[in-house]
Amino acid sequence: MKLDTCDLAAYATMRADDVLILGQRLSAWCGHGPVLEQDIALTNIALDLIGQARAYYQLAAHGSSDGQTEDTLAYLRDAHEFKNHLLVELPNGHWGDTLMRQFLFDTYNFYLLEALTKSSAPELSGLAAKAIKEVSYHAQYSAEWVIRLGDGTEESHSRMQSALDILWPYTDELFEDTSLDVAVHALQVGPLPSALRADWLAKVSEVLQMATLTVPSLDGYHQRGGLHGKHTEHLGILLAEMQFLPRAYPTAQW
Amino acid sequence: MTQPDTWPLWEVFVRSKNGLAHKHSGSLHAPDAETALKSARDVYTRRSEGISIWVLPSSSIVASSPDEKEPLFAPSDDKPYRHPTFYDIPDEVGHM
Repeated sequence: MKLDTCDLAAYATMRADDVLILGQRLSAWCGHGPVLEQDIALTNIALDLIGQARAYYQLAAHGSSDGQTEDTLAYLRDAHEFKNHLLVELPNGHWGDTLMRQFLFDTYNFYLLEALTKSSAPELSGLAAKAIKEVSYHAQYSAEWVIRLGDGTEESHSRMQSALDILWPYTDELFEDTSLDVAVHALQVGPLPSALRADWLAKVSEVLQMATLTVPSLDGYHQRGGLHGKHTEHLGILLAEMQFLPRAYPTAQW
Repeated sequence: MTQPDTWPLWEVFVRSKNGLAHKHSGSLHAPDAETALKSARDVYTRRSEGISIWVLPSSSIVASSPDEKEPLFAPSDDKPYRHPTFYDIPDEVGHM
């Protein structure tokens, strides 16, 4: 049995949406980082993520029968058509909020890509093999900031704990198995997100402990909906800014 | 953590290829050596400039003073025989 081209395109689009939206979020830090060195570090990560999004969208567009391109997928879909996790669309907040969100996502992205390097779809395994080198660095970078600020001053510690507590209810969604994930997993094209949770939790707990932060309970209310196109109010505003130019000037060229 | 404006300055040296020496690329501010190394990677090797990075505290560099330029460097200006090209190689030696 072979995966339907439509399914592969939908799966690639779903993966792309996460990294495009987070890349767009991070790019807002460009020129606003606390110091030049960290400004450029975060901007590099933003560019890596947007590069990964392009690779996924190209893969999705390649299998599309309705004339989609990487640009139409990124710029001409509305909020309800985006299938990113809610975590990545949340506002940047302060530097600590941004790095905590980044750490929680990077760690997930690392285990996801690790699984995708073993994908039975060569397009995906190739893409993942390239991306995981970038993401290994991202995960290290964001973990170090979480440790530095968590185990920093009283002020930085309390800000990081509160960032963690606010973001935590958005992490459960990372491990939700949609019907598409189940279909893709049946053909060894991609992992079941739920199977990534144990590694993620172990790594996240280890880093948070080094950061002297308290890991919130897994019980309690969790936010979800992004994978089904139900987003927070923040995504529409992000898209309005990101998509303005190609929508207002459809024939614009660099 | 100290404030960014009091972070020490680090000098960055990048080696572009195996076998070549590390060359000075520039400097940056960082709170510690590990962060300096990471920042150096982000600031100075983002266009594939290198395969190895050294960072060291700028304060540990001992530099010659411009005032000493004459006594230090002028004396070698009139000693061309210190260059290998000063000497004629006998033809029998062939390519050296």
